Amino acid sequence: MKRMSTKRMWREAGAGYLFLSPTLFVLLLFIIGPILFAIFLAFHKVQLLGTTSFEFVGLDNFKRMADDTRAKIALWNTLKYVIIVVPFQTILALVLAATLNAGLKGQKFFRIVYFLPTLTSSAVLTLIFMWMYNQNGLINHVLKAVGLPTYNWIGDPDVALNAIMIMNIWATAPYFMVIYLAALQDVPDSLYEAAELDGASAWQKFWHITVPYLRPVTSFVVIMGLIGTFQLFDQSYIFSSGSGGPNNSTLTVVLLIYQYAFKTLGTMGYAAALAFALAILIFIATLLQRKLSKEESLY
Amino acid sequence: MKKKMGIGKLLLYAILITYAVITMIPFLWALSSSFKTLEEIVSGTMSFIPKKFTLDNYKQIFVEQELFPRWLLNSVVVAGTVTVLNLLFNSMAGYALARLQFPGRKPLFLIILAVLMIPAQVTMIPNYLILKQLGWLNSYQGMIVPTMVNATFIFMMRQFFINFPKELEEAAELDGLGRFGIFFRIVLPLARPALAAQAIFVFMGSWNDFMRPLIILSDPQLFTLPLGLNSFKGQYISYWNYIMAASMVFTLPVLVIYVFFNRYFIKGISFTGGK
Repeated sequence: MKRMSTKRMWREAGAGYLFLSPTLFVLLLFIIGPILFAIFLAFHKVQLLGTTSFEFVGLDNFKRMADDTRAKIALWNTLKYVIIVVPFQTILALVLAATLNAGLKGQKFFRIVYFLPTLTSSAVLTLIFMWMYNQNGLINHVLKAVGLPTYNWIGDPDVALNAIMIMNIWATAPYFMVIYLAALQDVPDSLYEAAELDGASAWQKFWHITVPYLRPVTSFVVIMGLIGTFQLFDQSYIFSSGSGGPNNSTLTVVLLIYQYAFKTLGTMGYAAALAFALAILIFIATLLQRKLSKEESLY
Repeated sequence: MKKKMGIGKLLLYAILITYAVITMIPFLWALSSSFKTLEEIVSGTMSFIPKKFTLDNYKQIFVEQELFPRWLLNSVVVAGTVTVLNLLFNSMAGYALARLQFPGRKPLFLIILAVLMIPAQVTMIPNYLILKQLGWLNSYQGMIVPTMVNATFIFMMRQFFINFPKELEEAAELDGLGRFGIFFRIVLPLARPALAAQAIFVFMGSWNDFMRPLIILSDPQLFTLPLGLNSFKGQYISYWNYIMAASMVFTLPVLVIYVFFNRYFIKGISFTGGK
C-alpha cells in the first residue's frame, strides 16, 4: 500500500514537471536568464561589432543618466503622458461603462462599437490618426469648420505629444470600460433601491454608490494604466519614424532605450541600465498608487 | 416624474451615440479613403463617400509591394502557431499548478506571478543577444519560441482548473486513464470557453505586436504585417489611399474573429481583469 502511494507520488511529480516543461524552458531561456543577463549588461559596455564583447564599467551606465539631456527629455515626456492619459482614460472608461450599464435598449450594439479600437493594432491606429492629423486632414477641417484654431499635429513639437495622447485615450478607454462593465454587474441592486427610496438622483446614485463600490476595480485600472502608459513605444515610433521628433517632443523612455540598444553603437549596456531604471520607476508608481488609494479608503 | 425620466434617458442616449460616432469616424474615414483615387486624397476634399469609387488601391498594394502577400502569410503563420502553442502549453502549466502534487509547485507558481510584473523592456535587450547567439534573428522560431507561453494566461488557466469539478477526473481515473489521457480527453475539451477567450487575446497580441518583430527582424521577407505596414508608410508617405487600404486588409481578420467570438471576448477581459 505504502509503496503504491510512493510510486503514485513519483508518477504525479513526473507528470507535473512534464506538463510544465515547455513553460520552464521559456521561463529560463527567455525570461529569468535574460533578467540576470540584463543585470550583467547594465554594468558593462557592450560592443556588438564582429564578436560581442563586454567591458566592465561599474556604475558608469547609471551615472551617465544624470548628464544625459535626451534621457531627461524622454523622462519628462513620459511623465507628462502618464499624468494626463491615466486619469482621462480611467474617467472616460468609468463614465462609458456606467452609461452602458443603465439598461437602455441597444447597449449590446454600443458595446460592440466601442470595443473596435481595442481590436485594432497600434500600427494601424497610428497610421489612421496620422492621416486624420494631416495638415490638410479631417481633424483640421473639422476644427476650421467650427471656428477653432488648426494645428500642425505631427510637425509641431508643442502639439505632437498631445496628438498621441488624444489618440491613445481614445484607443485604450474602451478596454478598461469592459473591466468596469464586468464589475458593475456585481453592484447589488438593493443599494440602488434603498437610495431611490431616499430620493437620490441618478447623479447621486452614481457618485455615492457606483464610484465607491468600484474603488478596488478603479485601483486595478489605474495600475494597469500606469504600467501601460509608462511603456509607450509603438505610437511614438511610428509617429516620428523612430526618431522621437520633432525636436524630441515624442521621445519616450522606451523609445530612447530602443535607440540606445539597437540604433547607436556601444550603448547597449547603457540601454539595459535605463531599462532597469524604468522598471523601478513603474514599480514605485504602482506602490504610490496603492498607498494613495488605501489612504483614501480610510475616510 | 415621468418627464424627468425621459430627459435623463435622452441624455444617456446622447452620450452613447456621440461616443459611438467618435469611435466610428476614424474607421469610416480610413475605409472611405481606401476606396478613393489619389487625386481625391491629394485634393483635400472632405467627403466620406468617395467621388469616384475604386478598388485599385487594394489591387495596387499587392502589385506594387510584392512582399505584401508574404507579410500577410508571415503574420498568419506566426500568430497562428503562437496561439496554438499558447493554448496547449498554458493549459498544461495551469493544470499542473492547479491539480498535480509535486515538489516545488508553490515556488514555481510564485515565480510565474512575479514574471507578470517584469516590464518587457528589461528582457528585450538580453533576449535579442540570446536570439542572436542562437542564430534565431530573422526567423520564425525567433518570433514564436519566446512567446509560446504567457504568464498571464497560465495564471488564468490555473484559476479556471482550480474551480473545475474534480469528480470527472476521478471517474476517468477509475476507468484507467492516465494523467495525460485525463488532461487531453476529459479536461481540455471541457475548458473550451476559457480556451476561446485565451485564443483571442493571444492571437491579437501576436498579430498586432510591433516591438518584437521590429527588434529581431531586419529581412523584409520575414516582416510581419505591422512592420511591413510601417515600412510601407515610409515608402509611400503621401499615398494615403494605399496606406489606408493596407491598414484595412490588416484589420479585417481580427474584426472577423471578433464578430464570431465577441461573447468570449468580454468574458476574457473580465478573466484577466483581476477577478
